[in-house]
Amino acid sequence: MTDPLAEIWVYLSASPLAALTLTLVAYQVGLALSRRLGGHPLANPVLIAVALISGLLLASGTDYAIYFDGAQFVHFLLGPATVALALPLYRQLATVRRSALAIGVSLVAGSLCAILSAVGIAWAMGAGMQTLASLAPKSVTAPVAMGISEALGGLPSLTAVLVILTGILGAALGPLLLDLLRVRDWRARGFAIGVAAHGIGTARALQVNETAGAFAGLAMGLNAIATAILLPLLWQLFVSL
Amino acid sequence: MLGALTVILCCQLAGEMLVAGTGLPVPGPVVGMVLLFVGLVLRRGIPVALARVGDTLLGHLALLFVPAGVGVVLHIGLLGREGAALSVSLLISTLLTIAVTAGIMRLCLRGGAGDGGVGKGKAPEAGQ
Repeated sequence: MTDPLAEIWVYLSASPLAALTLTLVAYQVGLALSRRLGGHPLANPVLIAVALISGLLLASGTDYAIYFDGAQFVHFLLGPATVALALPLYRQLATVRRSALAIGVSLVAGSLCAILSAVGIAWAMGAGMQTLASLAPKSVTAPVAMGISEALGGLPSLTAVLVILTGILGAALGPLLLDLLRVRDWRARGFAIGVAAHGIGTARALQVNETAGAFAGLAMGLNAIATAILLPLLWQLFVSL
Repeated sequence: MLGALTVILCCQLAGEMLVAGTGLPVPGPVVGMVLLFVGLVLRRGIPVALARVGDTLLGHLALLFVPAGVGVVLHIGLLGREGAALSVSLLISTLLTIAVTAGIMRLCLRGGAGDGGVGKGKAPEAGQ
């Protein structure tokens, strides 16, 4: 091919530079748009960035594998970021000790409810095993959910999108639901949003009330651990049925 | 900074090795998180450099799922086929989880555990 644009494209797709730059630029566009819209939960920066890059890949006919070859350097940091979740968890240590029983009981109930209701509804509506495995950890923070999904035989990339959508739904509708149910205790409000809607819900809770934010962050970290332990056991039961 | 990053990577590596060695059904980085947490409890505090590196990573956590999220382009056919089941499941399950967790937490807190979070901050308003 003699088209100079095509030559540049061939050159760019051979190095991680283009994919990395594209990822960062798309994310900044997402952040800027989200800020412009006053941080509305439906204008999620990740969702905007994913839509922009996906559209570009589809429009240019570029393989996802070529994009991921470069973007994997960003993706790699998910592991260290998961380890770093120990920090906010440690900062909540005193809180955990004070309400340990309430936290433990609600955590197990919420975690089980998130897994069983999601898998149960999708299964009843005819979703396949791979989809169910990708959906099961949807309430857990993305890096952990993707690891669990992969271990169960799901599709980590599908899980990432489902996790983000869950976060957006929980952050947008959760507070309305809690008002309807007349839950006024900030600890219960924050914890419920954190268990169901992980980091995106936590970010929303932090905007509203500091206590709610702290409990949401705590719930996110604890639910990552609870689901990582409970889900593989439940999955073995489910598969053997 | 480099030291703190090394600590985080060591926890992750140790977590991955434990999982590979014992067949634990938990992702390696989650075991790494538990290891780091135990380390912080034993040390009774977070070193300043570790807080800086960790909070920087967590501050940009959302960016880190973009590459995986773009993988949705591989599953467009699947989303078309199972989109209805997935949407209904996500919506109902998320709302049900919030209701159940909040309900049980409220019940347990009323039982006397904890120090009363009501009244801290402003009252809940519709639409938050």
